[in-house]
Amino acid sequence: MDMQVAKKKLGLKEKYQVMTRGLDWEPSYQKKEDIYPYASYEGIKIHDWDKWEDPFRLTMDAYWKYQAEKERKLYAIIDAYAQNNGHLNVTDARYINTVKLFLTGVSPLEYMAHRGFAHAGRAFPGAGPRVACLMQSLDEIRHAQTQIHALSNFNKHYNGLHDFRHMHDRVWYLSVPKSFFDDAVTAGPFEFMVAIGFSFEYVLTNLLFVPFVSGAAYNGDMGTMTFGFSAQSDEARHMTLGLEVIKFILEQDPDNLPIVQRWIDKWTWRGYRVLTLVAMMMDYMLPKRTMSWKEAWEVYFEENGGALFKDLARYGITMPRCAETIALEKDHLSHQAWGTFYNYGAAAAFHTWVPEKEEMDWLAAKYPQSFDKYYRPRLEFWREQAAKGNRFYNKTLPMLCQTCQIPMLFTEPGDPTKICYREVDYQGSKYHFCSDHCKEIFEHEPEKYVQSWLPVHQIYQGSCFPEGTDPSAEGFDPLAAVLQYYHLEFGRDNLDFEGSEDQKNFDLWRGQATKNG
Amino acid sequence: MHIDLRTVSIKPLRQTFDHVARRIGGDKPASRYQEGTFDLQATANFHYRPTWDPQHEIFDPSRSAIRMADWYAFKDPRQFYYGAYALARAKQQDTAEGNFDFVEGRGLADELPAALRDTVLKLLVPLRHVAWGSNMNNAAICAYGYGTAFTQPCVYQAMDQLGIAQYLTRIGLLLGDVDVLDEAKAAWMDDGAWQGLRRYVEDSFVLKDPFELYVAQNVVLDGLLYPLVYETVIDGVLSARGGTAVAMLTRFMTDWFGETRKWVDATVKTAAAESADNKALLEKWIARWRDRAAGALLPVARIALQEGADAVLAEVVQQFNARLAKAGVAL
Repeated sequence: MDMQVAKKKLGLKEKYQVMTRGLDWEPSYQKKEDIYPYASYEGIKIHDWDKWEDPFRLTMDAYWKYQAEKERKLYAIIDAYAQNNGHLNVTDARYINTVKLFLTGVSPLEYMAHRGFAHAGRAFPGAGPRVACLMQSLDEIRHAQTQIHALSNFNKHYNGLHDFRHMHDRVWYLSVPKSFFDDAVTAGPFEFMVAIGFSFEYVLTNLLFVPFVSGAAYNGDMGTMTFGFSAQSDEARHMTLGLEVIKFILEQDPDNLPIVQRWIDKWTWRGYRVLTLVAMMMDYMLPKRTMSWKEAWEVYFEENGGALFKDLARYGITMPRCAETIALEKDHLSHQAWGTFYNYGAAAAFHTWVPEKEEMDWLAAKYPQSFDKYYRPRLEFWREQAAKGNRFYNKTLPMLCQTCQIPMLFTEPGDPTKICYREVDYQGSKYHFCSDHCKEIFEHEPEKYVQSWLPVHQIYQGSCFPEGTDPSAEGFDPLAAVLQYYHLEFGRDNLDFEGSEDQKNFDLWRGQATKNG
Repeated sequence: MHIDLRTVSIKPLRQTFDHVARRIGGDKPASRYQEGTFDLQATANFHYRPTWDPQHEIFDPSRSAIRMADWYAFKDPRQFYYGAYALARAKQQDTAEGNFDFVEGRGLADELPAALRDTVLKLLVPLRHVAWGSNMNNAAICAYGYGTAFTQPCVYQAMDQLGIAQYLTRIGLLLGDVDVLDEAKAAWMDDGAWQGLRRYVEDSFVLKDPFELYVAQNVVLDGLLYPLVYETVIDGVLSARGGTAVAMLTRFMTDWFGETRKWVDATVKTAAAESADNKALLEKWIARWRDRAAGALLPVARIALQEGADAVLAEVVQQFNARLAKAGVAL
């Protein structure tokens, strides 16, 4: 009889280790620093990559099986939603503008995350984090594509989405999310992980991704809602990775703490500034609101984030100082942002409007300290003017913050009547900032932020006209030329919602779908 | 019989996104591959130079010596966007799972002749490190290459190779146990038979040109390794010696290579057809890496084929040359 020697049993953790980091080896034909050339220049010290705790254990066979099941369901719903003209079931056509903001502003970032995690997933000398990053890279291209596919049907029927990739690289307000991600990707791999893996995915995701998806659910947009829900389990993995990265770096060497703290401070603020767009979306653009921006900030950052930073206190990490400024801004952020877009509604690829009376009452209830006092009178004035045929479009280009690239629209912390300006002289030039935090970020790395491609500067330098434009020609209209460069169709993509093609078509089609003609 | 189901019909304003329409010759319905691929990567107005590579923009075609007027000339014949990719692999893993169950459930691994099992372990298990190397290389091509049409399939390829490394690990654990993995790693590190291949892989890790890396990894190394090991040794020679069970366990690799080579061929063909310079460069790269790979694979082939290795490898190289000739690269 054959004597079988009992096989050694591997626990789940060991099994996953032989399936991932066990595949790696110490090279001898090439130097490690040549194979991983980007691993040390940020000053982060890692002594033992084997101390990395895999945040999830998913082998590729299980990944494929699980993800394919989700894809099957998702695309079945996307198809059914399109076939059934699901877009006509949204609360009202103003809602579609949130979708425009998402596709032009956020989906291209998902793609950037895909490439950024491919970079991180190659750059770390530790095999454990490399595998986790690559899996996220793969997820992120999924998110970019499922969003494009789900929103493709909106593009067929509504304006403002038709050239989202082109716009993302050019349109003035889209340089805010674009520069945010460019900033992260051009940082070293460790900073990228703190910026995106931790600050963005872990700390801020509930304030970016979730409001759009919940907004979709509240407003009858099943397509967007479904890709959001389908991404949920991916996001859960990304969050655990973000947290593990922070803990791992901090446990490796005490010298890492000040570097990581500075990154957390920086990226919480950078991320928060991008959320300006989300804040106004939540308070102004959703016909049926889920919660106010202020409430979302209090729940997801002050409460949940507060607990997180308490947890990280054992590593010496403290709550980012910018949280105090943000708390002072939370009564004002969305109102100031929407006011700006209402002004610049001729140069935006979505429609703007003055909220209805009951919407203003909602805002007053949610913002008792600020809305009626500072913002309602302005909105009501604009409404009166519009009713008289004086819908106002600002054609003067605003000054932008050198760091976050948002127009200088924010007010002094604690004084909502005074615009906040900061400036720095650097190598003979003056640079302008919206806040102390953006100024500090610049001061730490001026050689990086002087490179910013600021849309307003670029327009004045003549870089944002279609090729062959002659700005010295008689009757030259700079705004028209800039919109052409943006591929933004005047009168269709921009201006007030009232009287827009979107509004007319939606009413017409909804009538066709619900009434006998 | 035709059933006329009626839905409310609305005439859309447009069929697809403008950037897609510009590429498919007008506003007409586009496929999910097209909408999920064309122009997804940023090409203009980058804000900052990478601190890790200040000589280049974030995405920069000059990282490669290959020149393309349009990097979206590359097309994946499989039309893989994420959803199509995940579905295709899920199906293959289902088959693989069935095959592993079959072999395990019937105790077929224990019935393999001892010498054959020994050969299989010696040949296949160290290859998990080669697949891992490909995972790293395809991550690099995806990160530093230009244009979604070229880089997107590389993330799929990277994760496929991780999957292959994991299947090879499972084969090791099925035919042996965890010590087998350590022994294979020791062979990979120190055994003379593997050093040429390990040197090849480590040298590929420091290549900076993403397209040359593509050539060294996806065109050449896989182009010789898979026909040699999986198609010839496992499916042919060892199956004839009673190793069909092993062929069942490596079916994923055989099918995978049959599929991915079509994409690799299309990529080479498009780049070579672009210009005489590209073609000359590809010929130089492919010939140089082919000769190195063939030299490195010979001692590996001997593990299973002994003195027959030279002739088999020569045949594999010949088939490789013929395949590349069809893709427009004369070697």
